[in-house]
Amino acid sequence: MKILDLAGASQSTISFVTGQGHRLYSEDFMLQLEECFGGGDFNENQADPVNAEAFLQATLDFPAGDFDGALVWDMLEYLGPRLLGRVVARLHAMLRPGASLLALFHAEERKQPPPSFSCRIQDRRTILMTPRGALHPIQFFNNRNLEKLFQDFHSVKFFLTRDALREVIVKR
Amino acid sequence: MWNRNRKEEDFTPKPVGAPPPAPSVLAKEGIPMSTLPSRPPESHHEGGRSAVLGKSVILKGQIISREDLTIDGEVEGTVELKEHRLTIGPNGKVKANVKARELVVIGTIQGDVEITDKIDIRREAKLVGDIKTARVVIEDGAYFKGNIDIVRQDAARPATSTLAPAPAAAAPSTPAQKPAAPAPGGSSPSAAAAGAADGKR
Repeated sequence: MKILDLAGASQSTISFVTGQGHRLYSEDFMLQLEECFGGGDFNENQADPVNAEAFLQATLDFPAGDFDGALVWDMLEYLGPRLLGRVVARLHAMLRPGASLLALFHAEERKQPPPSFSCRIQDRRTILMTPRGALHPIQFFNNRNLEKLFQDFHSVKFFLTRDALREVIVKR
Repeated sequence: MWNRNRKEEDFTPKPVGAPPPAPSVLAKEGIPMSTLPSRPPESHHEGGRSAVLGKSVILKGQIISREDLTIDGEVEGTVELKEHRLTIGPNGKVKANVKARELVVIGTIQGDVEITDKIDIRREAKLVGDIKTARVVIEDGAYFKGNIDIVRQDAARPATSTLAPAPAAAAPSTPAQKPAAPAPGGSSPSAAAAGAADGKR
Protein backbone atom coordinates (compact mmCIF):
# COMPACT_ATOMS: atom_id res chain seq x y z
CA MET A 1 0.00 0.00 0.00
CA LYS A 2 1.04 3.60 -0.48
CA ILE A 3 0.42 5.91 2.46
CA LEU A 4 0.54 9.69 2.50
CA ASP A 5 1.81 11.26 5.73
CA LEU A 6 1.25 15.00 6.01
CA ALA A 7 3.12 15.39 9.29
CA GLY A 8 6.58 15.55 7.74
CA ALA A 9 9.27 12.95 7.95
CA SER A 10 9.84 11.22 11.25
CA GLN A 11 11.89 8.17 11.93
CA SER A 12 9.25 6.40 13.98
CA THR A 13 6.44 6.78 11.44
CA ILE A 14 8.71 5.77 8.59
CA SER A 15 9.92 2.73 10.51
CA PHE A 16 6.38 1.75 11.44
CA VAL A 17 4.82 2.13 8.01
CA THR A 18 7.69 0.68 6.00
CA GLY A 19 8.05 -2.07 8.61
CA GLN A 20 4.55 -3.19 7.65
CA GLY A 21 5.74 -3.47 4.07
CA HIS A 22 4.05 -0.30 2.84
CA ARG A 23 5.41 2.66 0.94
CA LEU A 24 5.25 6.09 2.49
CA TYR A 25 5.04 9.52 0.93
CA SER A 26 6.16 12.17 3.36
CA GLU A 27 5.03 15.78 3.13
CA ASP A 28 5.39 18.53 5.73
CA PHE A 29 1.98 20.12 5.26
CA MET A 30 2.27 22.47 8.24
CA LEU A 31 5.62 23.81 7.12
CA GLN A 32 4.18 24.54 3.68
CA LEU A 33 1.21 26.26 5.29
CA GLU A 34 3.50 28.51 7.25
CA GLU A 35 5.67 29.23 4.23
CA CYS A 36 2.73 30.02 1.95
CA PHE A 37 0.43 31.85 4.33
CA GLY A 38 2.54 32.87 7.31
CA GLY A 39 3.32 36.50 8.00
CA GLY A 40 0.29 38.69 8.54
CA ASP A 41 -3.20 37.33 8.84
CA PHE A 42 -2.89 33.59 8.46
CA ASN A 43 -6.59 33.13 7.72
CA GLU A 44 -6.83 36.07 5.33
CA ASN A 45 -3.74 34.98 3.40
CA GLN A 46 -5.39 31.68 2.63
CA ALA A 47 -8.20 33.48 0.81
CA ASP A 48 -5.77 34.66 -1.88
CA PRO A 49 -6.52 32.33 -4.81
CA VAL A 50 -3.03 32.58 -6.28
CA ASN A 51 -1.37 31.63 -2.99
CA ALA A 52 -3.91 28.90 -2.44
CA GLU A 53 -3.27 27.37 -5.84
CA ALA A 54 0.49 27.50 -5.32
CA PHE A 55 0.03 25.80 -1.96
CA LEU A 56 -2.08 23.02 -3.45
CA GLN A 57 0.42 22.49 -6.25
CA ALA A 58 3.24 22.26 -3.74
CA THR A 59 1.56 19.87 -1.34
CA LEU A 60 -1.21 17.83 -2.94
CA ASP A 61 -0.35 17.48 -6.59
CA PHE A 62 -0.82 13.75 -7.13
CA PRO A 63 -2.53 11.58 -9.71
CA ALA A 64 -6.06 10.38 -9.01
CA GLY A 65 -6.25 7.27 -6.86
CA ASP A 66 -2.54 7.36 -6.08
CA PHE A 67 -2.81 6.52 -2.37
CA ASP A 68 -4.28 3.73 -0.29
CA GLY A 69 -4.30 5.77 2.88
CA ALA A 70 -3.67 9.27 4.19
CA LEU A 71 -2.48 10.43 7.61
CA VAL A 72 -3.86 13.95 7.73
CA TRP A 73 -3.62 14.35 11.52
CA ASP A 74 -4.96 17.72 12.74
CA MET A 75 -3.96 19.70 9.64
CA LEU A 76 -7.49 20.43 8.44
CA GLU A 77 -8.16 22.63 11.46
CA TYR A 78 -5.56 25.10 10.21
CA LEU A 79 -7.33 25.77 6.93
CA GLY A 80 -9.81 28.52 6.23
CA PRO A 81 -13.21 27.54 4.80
CA ARG A 82 -12.35 28.06 1.12
CA LEU A 83 -9.01 26.32 1.17
CA LEU A 84 -10.38 23.53 3.33
CA GLY A 85 -12.94 22.55 0.71
CA ARG A 86 -10.30 22.44 -2.01
CA VAL A 87 -7.91 20.40 0.15
CA VAL A 88 -10.59 17.85 1.02
CA ALA A 89 -11.57 17.60 -2.66
CA ARG A 90 -7.94 16.92 -3.55
CA LEU A 91 -7.65 14.29 -0.85
CA HIS A 92 -10.80 12.65 -2.16
CA ALA A 93 -9.37 12.58 -5.66
CA MET A 94 -5.98 11.19 -4.80
CA LEU A 95 -7.26 8.37 -2.61
CA ARG A 96 -8.38 5.26 -4.39
CA PRO A 97 -11.88 3.93 -3.64
CA GLY A 98 -11.84 2.01 -0.37
CA ALA A 99 -8.83 3.90 0.96
CA SER A 100 -8.82 5.31 4.50
CA LEU A 101 -7.99 8.74 5.85
CA LEU A 102 -7.13 9.51 9.46
CA ALA A 103 -7.76 13.01 10.80
CA LEU A 104 -7.77 14.49 14.30
CA PHE A 105 -10.04 17.29 15.48
CA HIS A 106 -9.97 19.16 18.76
CA ALA A 107 -13.19 19.81 20.62
CA GLU A 108 -14.44 23.37 20.31
CA GLU A 109 -15.07 23.81 24.00
CA ARG A 110 -11.42 24.02 25.01
CA LYS A 111 -10.67 27.21 26.87
CA GLN A 112 -7.28 27.73 25.33
CA PRO A 113 -6.63 27.11 21.66
CA PRO A 114 -4.48 24.03 21.24
CA PRO A 115 -1.02 24.43 19.77
CA SER A 116 -0.13 22.79 16.52
CA PHE A 117 1.25 19.33 16.94
CA SER A 118 3.71 17.16 15.16
CA CYS A 119 2.22 13.68 15.08
CA ARG A 120 4.05 10.44 14.64
CA ILE A 121 3.22 6.80 15.04
CA GLN A 122 5.13 5.32 17.91
CA ASP A 123 3.74 1.81 17.73
CA ARG A 124 0.47 0.04 16.98
CA ARG A 125 -1.25 1.63 19.96
CA THR A 126 0.54 4.93 20.41
CA ILE A 127 0.64 8.25 18.59
CA LEU A 128 3.24 10.69 19.79
CA MET A 129 2.11 14.33 19.62
CA THR A 130 4.79 16.96 20.09
CA PRO A 131 3.89 20.67 20.11
CA ARG A 132 5.42 22.59 17.23
CA GLY A 133 5.11 26.09 15.85
CA ALA A 134 2.92 28.93 16.97
CA LEU A 135 -0.05 28.38 14.69
CA HIS A 136 -3.48 27.89 16.17
CA PRO A 137 -6.47 26.25 14.55
CA ILE A 138 -8.68 28.45 12.42
CA GLN A 139 -11.77 26.30 12.59
CA PHE A 140 -13.31 23.84 15.00
CA PHE A 141 -15.75 21.17 13.90
CA ASN A 142 -18.62 19.36 15.49
CA ASN A 143 -19.75 15.98 14.25
CA ARG A 144 -22.29 17.49 11.92
CA ASN A 145 -19.65 19.76 10.35
CA LEU A 146 -17.41 16.80 9.86
CA GLU A 147 -20.08 14.74 8.19
CA LYS A 148 -20.71 17.62 5.83
CA LEU A 149 -17.01 18.11 5.21
CA PHE A 150 -16.55 14.49 4.19
CA GLN A 151 -19.90 14.07 2.46
CA ASP A 152 -18.29 12.89 -0.77
CA PHE A 153 -16.57 10.03 1.02
CA HIS A 154 -18.15 6.65 1.61
CA SER A 155 -18.24 6.71 5.41
CA VAL A 156 -17.09 8.72 8.43
CA LYS A 157 -16.45 7.24 11.87
CA PHE A 158 -15.74 9.23 15.03
CA PHE A 159 -13.78 8.04 18.03
CA LEU A 160 -13.59 10.17 21.14
CA THR A 161 -10.18 10.11 22.73
CA ARG A 162 -8.39 11.81 25.60
CA ASP A 163 -7.61 15.54 25.68
CA ALA A 164 -10.86 16.54 23.97
CA LEU A 165 -9.60 15.09 20.73
CA ARG A 166 -11.62 13.19 18.16
CA GLU A 167 -10.14 10.66 15.82
CA VAL A 168 -11.98 10.53 12.56
CA ILE A 169 -11.54 7.67 10.13
CA VAL A 170 -12.93 8.38 6.71
CA LYS A 171 -13.39 5.77 4.02
CA ARG A 172 -13.15 6.86 0.40
CA MET B 1 66.80 15.57 -16.76
CA TRP B 2 67.87 12.64 -14.61
CA ASN B 3 69.13 15.08 -11.97
CA ARG B 4 65.70 16.65 -11.54
CA ASN B 5 64.03 13.26 -11.16
CA ARG B 6 66.51 12.30 -8.56
CA LYS B 7 65.78 15.46 -6.58
CA GLU B 8 62.06 14.75 -6.62
CA GLU B 9 62.67 11.30 -5.26
CA ASP B 10 64.92 12.59 -2.55
CA PHE B 11 62.54 15.28 -1.29
CA THR B 12 59.24 13.56 -1.65
CA PRO B 13 57.92 13.13 1.91
CA LYS B 14 56.66 9.74 2.84
CA PRO B 15 53.25 9.36 4.45
CA VAL B 16 53.48 8.80 8.17
CA GLY B 17 52.42 5.41 9.34
CA ALA B 18 52.08 3.96 5.87
CA PRO B 19 54.55 1.62 4.21
CA PRO B 20 56.88 3.53 1.88
CA PRO B 21 55.55 3.38 -1.65
CA ALA B 22 57.68 2.31 -4.53
CA PRO B 23 59.56 5.23 -6.11
CA SER B 24 58.04 4.53 -9.48
CA VAL B 25 54.57 5.06 -8.03
CA LEU B 26 55.50 8.45 -6.65
CA ALA B 27 56.96 9.52 -9.90
CA LYS B 28 53.80 8.53 -11.74
CA GLU B 29 51.52 10.42 -9.40
CA GLY B 30 53.56 13.59 -9.59
CA ILE B 31 52.05 14.95 -6.38
CA PRO B 32 53.33 18.42 -5.45
CA MET B 33 55.28 18.25 -2.24
CA SER B 34 53.35 21.03 -0.56
CA THR B 35 50.01 19.22 -0.69
CA LEU B 36 51.02 16.16 1.28
CA PRO B 37 51.29 17.61 4.78
CA SER B 38 47.97 19.48 4.49
CA ARG B 39 45.92 16.52 3.34
CA PRO B 40 43.45 15.67 6.05
CA PRO B 41 44.01 12.18 7.38
CA GLU B 42 40.32 11.25 7.20
CA SER B 43 40.24 11.85 3.47
CA HIS B 44 42.30 8.73 2.99
CA HIS B 45 40.55 5.58 4.03
CA GLU B 46 42.60 2.48 4.41
CA GLY B 47 40.58 0.50 1.94
CA GLY B 48 39.98 3.19 -0.64
CA ARG B 49 40.13 6.86 -1.41
CA SER B 50 37.78 9.73 -0.85
CA ALA B 51 37.28 12.69 -3.14
CA VAL B 52 35.97 16.10 -2.15
CA LEU B 53 34.20 18.73 -4.19
CA GLY B 54 34.78 21.90 -2.24
CA LYS B 55 32.18 24.50 -1.45
CA SER B 56 33.31 26.86 -4.20
CA VAL B 57 32.95 24.21 -6.89
CA ILE B 58 29.97 24.27 -9.24
CA LEU B 59 29.65 21.24 -11.46
CA LYS B 60 27.11 20.42 -14.15
CA GLY B 61 27.17 16.96 -15.67
CA GLN B 62 27.65 13.36 -14.73
CA ILE B 63 29.77 12.15 -11.85
CA ILE B 64 30.83 8.51 -11.77
CA SER B 65 33.11 7.72 -8.90
CA ARG B 66 34.86 4.57 -7.74
CA GLU B 67 35.69 6.06 -4.39
CA ASP B 68 33.81 7.78 -1.59
CA LEU B 69 32.84 11.32 -2.45
CA THR B 70 31.97 14.39 -0.42
CA ILE B 71 30.12 17.18 -2.20
CA ASP B 72 30.21 20.51 -0.44
CA GLY B 73 29.65 22.59 -3.56
CA GLU B 74 26.88 22.64 -6.15
CA VAL B 75 26.24 19.77 -8.50
CA GLU B 76 23.60 19.43 -11.18
CA GLY B 77 23.26 16.28 -13.25
CA THR B 78 23.69 12.70 -12.10
CA VAL B 79 25.89 11.13 -9.44
CA GLU B 80 26.82 7.46 -9.40
CA LEU B 81 28.99 5.85 -6.76
CA LYS B 82 27.62 2.37 -6.88
CA GLU B 83 29.87 0.75 -4.29
CA HIS B 84 30.75 3.83 -2.28
CA ARG B 85 29.50 6.47 0.07
CA LEU B 86 28.32 9.91 -0.96
CA THR B 87 28.26 12.69 1.59
CA ILE B 88 26.44 15.94 0.86
CA GLY B 89 28.25 18.40 3.10
CA PRO B 90 26.62 21.31 4.95
CA ASN B 91 27.22 23.65 2.01
CA GLY B 92 26.39 21.05 -0.59
CA LYS B 93 23.52 21.63 -3.02
CA VAL B 94 22.88 18.72 -5.29
CA LYS B 95 20.25 18.69 -7.98
CA ALA B 96 20.72 15.23 -9.35
CA ASN B 97 19.59 11.66 -9.32
CA VAL B 98 21.93 9.72 -7.10
CA LYS B 99 22.97 6.08 -6.99
CA ALA B 100 25.32 4.96 -4.27
CA ARG B 101 25.91 2.38 -1.59
CA GLU B 102 25.50 4.83 1.25
CA LEU B 103 24.34 8.43 1.45
CA VAL B 104 24.82 10.98 4.20
CA VAL B 105 22.90 14.23 3.70
CA ILE B 106 23.79 17.31 5.71
CA GLY B 107 23.12 19.85 2.97
CA THR B 108 20.47 19.93 0.27
CA ILE B 109 19.59 17.40 -2.37
CA GLN B 110 16.85 17.46 -4.94
CA GLY B 111 16.42 14.35 -7.01
CA ASP B 112 15.63 10.68 -6.83
CA VAL B 113 17.97 8.64 -4.71
CA GLU B 114 18.72 4.94 -5.00
CA ILE B 115 20.91 3.60 -2.22
CA THR B 116 21.76 -0.04 -1.73
CA ASP B 117 22.64 0.19 1.94
CA LYS B 118 21.71 3.19 4.07
CA ILE B 119 20.58 6.80 3.88
CA ASP B 120 21.40 9.07 6.78
CA ILE B 121 19.50 12.39 6.68
CA ARG B 122 20.85 14.77 9.28
CA ARG B 123 19.02 17.48 11.18
CA GLU B 124 19.91 20.40 8.90
CA ALA B 125 19.40 18.42 5.73
CA LYS B 126 16.80 18.94 3.06
CA LEU B 127 15.94 16.13 0.68
CA VAL B 128 13.25 16.47 -1.97
CA GLY B 129 12.80 13.40 -4.12
CA ASP B 130 11.93 9.74 -4.01
CA ILE B 131 14.23 7.44 -2.14
CA LYS B 132 14.74 3.74 -2.56
CA THR B 133 16.97 2.15 0.03
CA ALA B 134 17.45 -0.74 2.41
CA ARG B 135 17.63 1.48 5.51
CA VAL B 136 16.94 5.10 6.31
CA VAL B 137 17.77 7.22 9.34
CA ILE B 138 16.14 10.65 9.60
CA GLU B 139 17.03 13.01 12.40
CA ASP B 140 14.36 15.24 13.88
CA GLY B 141 14.38 18.59 12.11
CA ALA B 142 15.40 17.21 8.76
CA TYR B 143 13.15 18.09 5.85
CA PHE B 144 12.11 15.32 3.55
CA LYS B 145 9.48 15.36 0.86
CA GLY B 146 8.96 12.34 -1.30
CA ASN B 147 8.38 8.63 -1.47
CA ILE B 148 10.20 6.22 0.76
CA ASP B 149 10.52 2.74 -0.63
CA ILE B 150 12.35 0.33 1.61
CA VAL B 151 13.92 -2.47 -0.38
CA ARG B 152 14.34 -5.55 1.73
CA GLN B 153 17.73 -7.13 1.50
CA ASP B 154 17.30 -10.84 0.93
CA ALA B 155 20.69 -11.80 2.28
CA ALA B 156 20.47 -12.15 6.06
CA ARG B 157 22.56 -9.56 7.78
CA PRO B 158 24.52 -10.42 10.92
CA ALA B 159 22.29 -9.79 13.89
CA THR B 160 25.05 -8.38 16.07
CA SER B 161 25.89 -5.24 14.13
CA THR B 162 23.74 -3.32 11.67
CA LEU B 163 26.77 -1.83 10.01
CA ALA B 164 28.80 -4.97 9.68
CA PRO B 165 30.28 -5.11 6.20
CA ALA B 166 29.09 -7.76 3.84
CA PRO B 167 31.51 -10.68 3.52
CA ALA B 168 32.47 -9.71 0.01
CA ALA B 169 33.47 -6.24 1.17
CA ALA B 170 35.36 -7.41 4.22
CA ALA B 171 38.78 -7.14 2.70
CA PRO B 172 41.67 -6.81 5.17
CA SER B 173 42.05 -3.15 4.27
CA THR B 174 38.42 -2.24 5.08
CA PRO B 175 38.38 0.63 7.61
CA ALA B 176 36.89 0.05 11.01
CA GLN B 177 33.29 1.19 11.01
CA LYS B 178 31.91 3.44 13.69
CA PRO B 179 29.21 1.92 15.82
CA ALA B 180 25.72 2.45 14.52
CA ALA B 181 24.33 5.81 15.54
CA PRO B 182 21.14 5.47 17.53
CA ALA B 183 18.05 6.35 15.60
CA PRO B 184 17.14 9.96 16.42
CA GLY B 185 14.09 11.31 18.07
CA GLY B 186 11.35 9.01 19.19
CA SER B 187 12.70 5.93 17.52
CA SER B 188 14.98 4.93 20.35
CA PRO B 189 13.22 3.29 23.24
CA SER B 190 14.58 5.71 25.84
CA ALA B 191 13.73 8.80 23.79
CA ALA B 192 10.32 7.41 23.08
CA ALA B 193 9.69 6.87 26.76
CA ALA B 194 10.86 10.39 27.60
CA GLY B 195 8.78 11.95 24.84
CA ALA B 196 5.78 9.87 25.68
CA ALA B 197 5.62 11.37 29.14
CA ASP B 198 4.04 14.56 27.89
CA GLY B 199 2.74 13.91 24.42
CA LYS B 200 1.67 10.30 24.35
CA ARG B 201 -1.93 9.50 24.03
